[in-house]
Amino acid sequence: MTLKTFFGTCALGLTLALPALAETDPAVAQRKGQFQLYLHNFGVMGAMVQGRMDYDAALAQTAADNLFHITRHDQSRLWPEGTDSASIEGTRANPAIWDNLDDFVSKFVDLQNAAENLQSQAGNGLDALQPAFGATAGTCQACHEAYRDEAS
Amino acid sequence: MRKLFAGLAGLALIAAAAAWVLSAPRPLDETIISDLTGDAEAGRVIFLASGCSSCHRGGARDSDPLVLAGGRSFESDFGTFRAPNISPDPDHGIGTWTQSEFINAVMRGISPDGAHYYPAFPYTSYIRARPQDIADLYAYIMTLPADATPSEPHDLGFPFNIRRTVGLWKTLFLTDDWTVTGTLTEEEERGRYLAEALSHCAECHTPRNALGALDRDQWNMGAPNPSGRGRIPAIAGPDFNWSAFDVSAYLSSGLTPEFDVVGGSMADVVNNLRQLDKSENDAIAAYITRANE
Ligand code: HEC
Ligand code: HEC
Ligand code: HEC
Repeated sequence: MTLKTFFGTCALGLTLALPALAETDPAVAQRKGQFQLYLHNFGVMGAMVQGRMDYDAALAQTAADNLFHITRHDQSRLWPEGTDSASIEGTRANPAIWDNLDDFVSKFVDLQNAAENLQSQAGNGLDALQPAFGATAGTCQACHEAYRDEAS
Repeated sequence: MRKLFAGLAGLALIAAAAAWVLSAPRPLDETIISDLTGDAEAGRVIFLASGCSSCHRGGARDSDPLVLAGGRSFESDFGTFRAPNISPDPDHGIGTWTQSEFINAVMRGISPDGAHYYPAFPYTSYIRARPQDIADLYAYIMTLPADATPSEPHDLGFPFNIRRTVGLWKTLFLTDDWTVTGTLTEEEERGRYLAEALSHCAECHTPRNALGALDRDQWNMGAPNPSGRGRIPAIAGPDFNWSAFDVSAYLSSGLTPEFDVVGGSMADVVNNLRQLDKSENDAIAAYITRANE
């Protein structure tokens, strides 16, 4: 799958620039839901990496497969303009996202690439999982550092 | 009537004189700090633990953390502070500073020409450091690349733009007391040193009073974000129930117990602390959880 199909073939800037529906744009809850699904899978591998649970190749592989697919979810309707934390309540999406859409997208692409590598390593033992997991966490952090507000 | 005025003027004069005396800088004893010999390698650990580069690296988001060019800005109720260039550049940085000048800046908030620094520079925490560690830090910072970016001025309203007022503030609020006293294990004591003297956790996680000083009764219980958006979470108090394992893992990986990933200004803290020996983060975690018992 190419990155193009992930974000749709039209220019992402345009599709992301759809106006927000209202204060309660459902896109906000939906994108948060997507991140919760990340956790659902990312967390299983994290627990193994940190020794909170024993390594289980099948479980790790399933989680990595899921994360691979979830990070392919098309983002084009999840980030309407006007759904930033300066405009509405209930979101931690920093307004800087919409000033730097190209960079925001490239940080998503970094995550996709890391998730692809993680998928290829997760089932090969704890020593293979660890670095691939760490690299994926690094791509989450790189985006949160730049574009996610402190918790409210 | 005239007498009353004269009396009031006299009182005002006395008050002003008292304020002037109270607001005078109080540097460290020169004999203690001038003879120290710094070790740059040991200073690297102090540098990472105390987070100098989180504030003093260049303004761009991806700036090199070892080039202390300055330029980042910090919002506050009093205006916007801009961290200066503290690279070893002789003209625009601190390349010509002596070790004593550096230690007095970091541990007392006093400039080489005797002016007060604003507590946006957390000497309010570094006051608890060991002078030897700050001498090591000096040796390390002097090995970092020089950068000729000029420092930018702060943007502060009256009367906060008068540095001498900071002297009075220091009289009221500058303290080297620890939050948790009493018997601590060796690990907890190391953790207390790291958390309170160097890594200044409380400077972000504690709410401030109207004069910008930490409200020590609510130490680490969470605070509004100075940028205005979001809140800095509690790491003490009834709502904080992480184990020492959780805290240490977070400091060295950025992952919460739910495996959410760190962001905001805490990301810089994690980027520094993850480079330390795991035992250092274990120590901080031991102290943070001990403080909450
Ligand atoms: C390209 C940017 C980006 C990447 C990559 C990214 N995130 Fe996020 N994340 C965000 C933003 C922005 C928000 C805030 C969304 C909001 O509140 O509207 C967020 C929110 C979250 C939340 C909170 C959701 C909620 O319920 O409020 C979690 C959990 C999370 N991310 C986990 C992760 C994990 C785990 C990864 C990596 C596997 C990751 N994120 C990668 C940008 C990103
Ligand atoms: C939270 C942000 C922050 C951190 C962390 C921080 N500083 Fe600063 N620093 C500042 C600010 C803001 C100023 C300007 C203070 C003023 O002008 O009164 C400053 C000023 C200074 C100065 C004076 C420079 C000059 O040109 O007069 C020195 C030296 C300095 N810092 C060194 C350090 C060192 C060393 C560390 C780490 C141990 C450190 N700072 C950590 C924000 C920070
Ligand atoms: C520069 C400000 C700053 C400093 C210094 C700082 N923190 Fe934080 N901390 C934050 C912010 C902001 C967050 C929220 C991170 C996020 O939004 O992902 C946070 C989050 C945390 C959390 C996660 C809490 C939760 O419920 O999610 C812990 C634990 C923590 N910090 C511990 C510490 C410790 C221990 C220190 C000192 C060694 C420290 N912090 C120093 C700003 C800071």
